[in-house]
Amino acid sequence: MATVPWEHGLVLAAVLFCLGLSGVLARRNILFQLLSIEVMLNAAGLAFVVAGARWGQPDGQVMFFFILALAASEVGVGLALVLRLVQRFRTLDVDAARTMKG
Amino acid sequence: MNVVFYVAAAVAVLATALAVTRSNAIHALLYLIVSLLAVAVIFFLLGAPFVAALEVIIYAGAIMVLFVFFVMMLNAGPTALAQERSWLRPAGWIGPASLALVLLAGLLWVLGPARPAPAAAVIFAPRQVSLALFGPYLLGVELASVLLLAALVGIFHLGRHDDPGAPGQEGG
Repeated sequence: MATVPWEHGLVLAAVLFCLGLSGVLARRNILFQLLSIEVMLNAAGLAFVVAGARWGQPDGQVMFFFILALAASEVGVGLALVLRLVQRFRTLDVDAARTMKG
Repeated sequence: MNVVFYVAAAVAVLATALAVTRSNAIHALLYLIVSLLAVAVIFFLLGAPFVAALEVIIYAGAIMVLFVFFVMMLNAGPTALAQERSWLRPAGWIGPASLALVLLAGLLWVLGPARPAPAAAVIFAPRQVSLALFGPYLLGVELASVLLLAALVGIFHLGRHDDPGAPGQEGG
């Protein structure tokens, strides 16, 4: 990057990641936890792209594609699990499913 | 270009912070879509236009819309109409819309006349990225396809109606 310092991009990725992490830790609605995980994955991809731009290599963008595939798989399986949770417990509270064989 | 980067970064952080603190799921999803669009602007400024397009198409366009459809499906019922009316009030969408307008202003400023090209040291065309993706990272591509297939099988398994004790069978 010519004008924007690459540290600022990494700082932005770190801030977004911490926001997502706090969302996972603080929310009890499983839908919001999945959303926060998406934020964290996106921040990781941003860090990869910033690092790739820093070193002038396309590898960071390749890693972003893999993160994209991972996020798509994760959100599909996660939403299917949420569907089962809602069908069984009629709630989106993750604490409803804290006992095994419940 | 610096200004656009910092404006987009501020929009991303603000929209994400609002997204993880909303109580209404649809409001949170709108803010998160704006956050992903802001990150796409940052990708564009970092010399990754292909990744920026994929961010908009797949993240904001497919994954988030999947979330939106899911929330709508969970809320299907007699109260859905009143909820739909309450969602159409300006209080729900004015925040994400104004943040998206900030991004649009930045985009117009970038694309305006007599402006320099995106200020990245190297701008990667889709060709270079694809050559790297299908060259040294070919095994990773195959693993990603296996991962997607496994996710597909897993979703199909989880979505089956094989639970006779479940009270509602409204979808899947």
